[in-house]
Amino acid sequence: MSNTETKEATYKPTSPNSKLDFESVWEYAPAPQDSDFAEVKDRYELFIGGKFVKPSKGRYFKSTNPATEEEITEFAEATQKDIDKAVKAARKAYEGEWSRISAKERGKYIYRIARMLQERAREFAVLESMDGGKPIRESRDVDIPLVAAYFFYYAGWADKLEYAFPGKKPEPYGVCGQIIPWNFPLLMLAWKIAPALATGNTVVLKPAETTSLTALKFAELVKDCGLPDGVINIVTGAGQTGAEIVNHQDIDKIAFTGSTNVGKIIQKSLAGTDKKYTLELGGKGALVIFEDAPIDQAVEGIINAIYFNQGHVCCAGSRLLVQEGVADKVIQKLKDRLGTLIVGDPLDKNTDVGAINSKEQFETVNKYLELGVEEGADIYQAKCSIPENGYFIRPTLFTNVSQSNRVVQEEIFGPILTVQTFRTADEGIDKANNTPYGLANGVWTDKGSKIFKVGSKMRSGVVWANTYNKFDPTSPFGGYKESGVGREGGMHGLAAYIRN
Amino acid sequence: MAEQRIDVKKTYKMYIGGDFPRSESGRTYKAFDSDGNLLANACQGSRKDFRDAVKIARGAFGGWSSRSAYNRGQILYRIAEMMEDRRDQFMRELGPIGFKAAEAEADINAAIDRLIYYAGWTDKYQQVFGSINPVASSHFNFSMLEPTGVVAAFAPEKSPLLGLVSVIAPIIAGGNTCVILASEEFPLPSISFAEVLNSSDVPEGVVNILTGSREELAEHFSTHMDVNAMCYTDDLPKGMKKMIDENASLNVKRIIKRPVKDWYSEEAQTPYFVTDFQETKTTWHPVGY
Repeated sequence: MSNTETKEATYKPTSPNSKLDFESVWEYAPAPQDSDFAEVKDRYELFIGGKFVKPSKGRYFKSTNPATEEEITEFAEATQKDIDKAVKAARKAYEGEWSRISAKERGKYIYRIARMLQERAREFAVLESMDGGKPIRESRDVDIPLVAAYFFYYAGWADKLEYAFPGKKPEPYGVCGQIIPWNFPLLMLAWKIAPALATGNTVVLKPAETTSLTALKFAELVKDCGLPDGVINIVTGAGQTGAEIVNHQDIDKIAFTGSTNVGKIIQKSLAGTDKKYTLELGGKGALVIFEDAPIDQAVEGIINAIYFNQGHVCCAGSRLLVQEGVADKVIQKLKDRLGTLIVGDPLDKNTDVGAINSKEQFETVNKYLELGVEEGADIYQAKCSIPENGYFIRPTLFTNVSQSNRVVQEEIFGPILTVQTFRTADEGIDKANNTPYGLANGVWTDKGSKIFKVGSKMRSGVVWANTYNKFDPTSPFGGYKESGVGREGGMHGLAAYIRN
Repeated sequence: MAEQRIDVKKTYKMYIGGDFPRSESGRTYKAFDSDGNLLANACQGSRKDFRDAVKIARGAFGGWSSRSAYNRGQILYRIAEMMEDRRDQFMRELGPIGFKAAEAEADINAAIDRLIYYAGWTDKYQQVFGSINPVASSHFNFSMLEPTGVVAAFAPEKSPLLGLVSVIAPIIAGGNTCVILASEEFPLPSISFAEVLNSSDVPEGVVNILTGSREELAEHFSTHMDVNAMCYTDDLPKGMKKMIDENASLNVKRIIKRPVKDWYSEEAQTPYFVTDFQETKTTWHPVGY
């Protein structure tokens, strides 16, 4: 016995039982991303009809950096008159120049956007991290490259639509109203605008009120690309502004990404109209780890599934379901891994987990932390240090939870993972499916046939096998059940913008 | 009075493995303008040149075919960008061989747009033409397209730029590598296009361009045992056509005949020109706990 202990005391990388002690041995020097070159104006106006215009009521709202709680800039609040103006501009562009140019030339405009985004990628990445709190490593390596890739992919579809819709003549809807969330600000913009433009629509898009910066920067880029006026209109504001878009008479289609609650309100608002809609809503993804899974790979997958982007991911794997035989091992390895995560300055290149997006969301996540404990769960948090200012939350595990606990059933949208166990595959699948959501799930096993069997029984729009949180413009994404209607991405994503 | 400047004429060589070598045979033939004046001496590629090119194309196949579709798309787009930048060079080359200014302009525009068209297909043809097959047993069964391999092609004789680009683009968009015999009568634009390829991000050996005689090379193109497919778009002489078909049977070469009369027309660009150079691979995988 003492023999084993002696061995454990000295780190041996080859020993399966040893682990790296990051806290005492390793210290990371700061690795700040330079941000001086990214210009931020004091104030941003609305982008309507190819021009930056003041809001009709003259009201502006502040935007803060969630990592420092400092104000960055302010945005115009669009009200009914402004929305009407934006819709008119979009309608004019739709009936005018945008419909007249050939699909091929339309595609070339979208390619231009993609290329210019690639050129200015780092600038957008820095601004995304400043405004939204996500680690620069994510905005630099995931968000912005994907943004360019989505535009590039859909640009190519513009003159090939007849191949995506056999037996039908693909026609655009007209003017699309698009409302996007704050978790992947520019990426969600790309998911909305790229397919809408490729199919020949024009858009009025509203970014989230806490993360409008890159959308307005994007508007500047659109101008630089020389797109016809009014094809893309960007209006800023909060929920009321969104409602004005949803209820506008001359909008043909609504595309919304956000919470299930708001999605339901939108669906209800559209009742009795002929407006089309696609909704990409919340989720409560399960990570089903079987005993025959590659455990270390699974642990990495879990970390990526729930702590990526501070857990602000609609498809986050927020429920771990682990088969009993390996539960202790997985949980222990997970706790060890949690100890190595670096929480802090989003603009530091070493940071793994950045700031919670807003004060409001910070309070929501904290409320769930309390709720989980009240419901009887055991809480485990990483012991890392976090900055004094800003909205930071330590990566958290809840063990000893049951299926009916609110922290298991409700979408928290933060770095919180609940842990349950299961014995048989059927039990694991039942638990995975037992929420109102159906956006994404993960399965870990080394047995291929099990992946397909389990995958086929999961009631979700995405199944990730031995991986998680992977996105690609060619791959459709969207939910079953209360996680939404319609798909974005891939060939299927075109259908959301084509008359049926 | 200032001395009259003597301009420097370009030597036109071939394009093999990212280099511009002369023919190993040392032979050239004369390329003329439409008035019968000498434009340049073009290399007259030999059997050995072709064999060298195939070997290089085969070597490049593994790397090129395993590039992501997105990456191939961006590289095709990059070719278009570089070509846009060299419009003047192509204008200068097309003019003397009978293109009026407007025609040359249209030819260059169409060639650039064609590259963009196929750039867009790189990550889409798989989605349109691949399939998930609902087999009756407990198997997950899917069919995907994979590039055929090394393609040898005769570029169109009468469309030395647009036709050439229209043949190369779908072949490489699908992950194949190729050896192209340029228009015999108008070989020069093909070498300028090779310069475009060489200054874009196309890996060396993916596209190899020979100049020379069809009559001489048809046999070697069609008999080579490491060429997987051969393509031509012109109406070939009956005897040559039969010989190519027969020789193809030596190693079951795919013969792609896609007659195109008008390279500006809709028939000149199609995803089926990509799938012509694809194999279908079907994978069976059991489903069960």
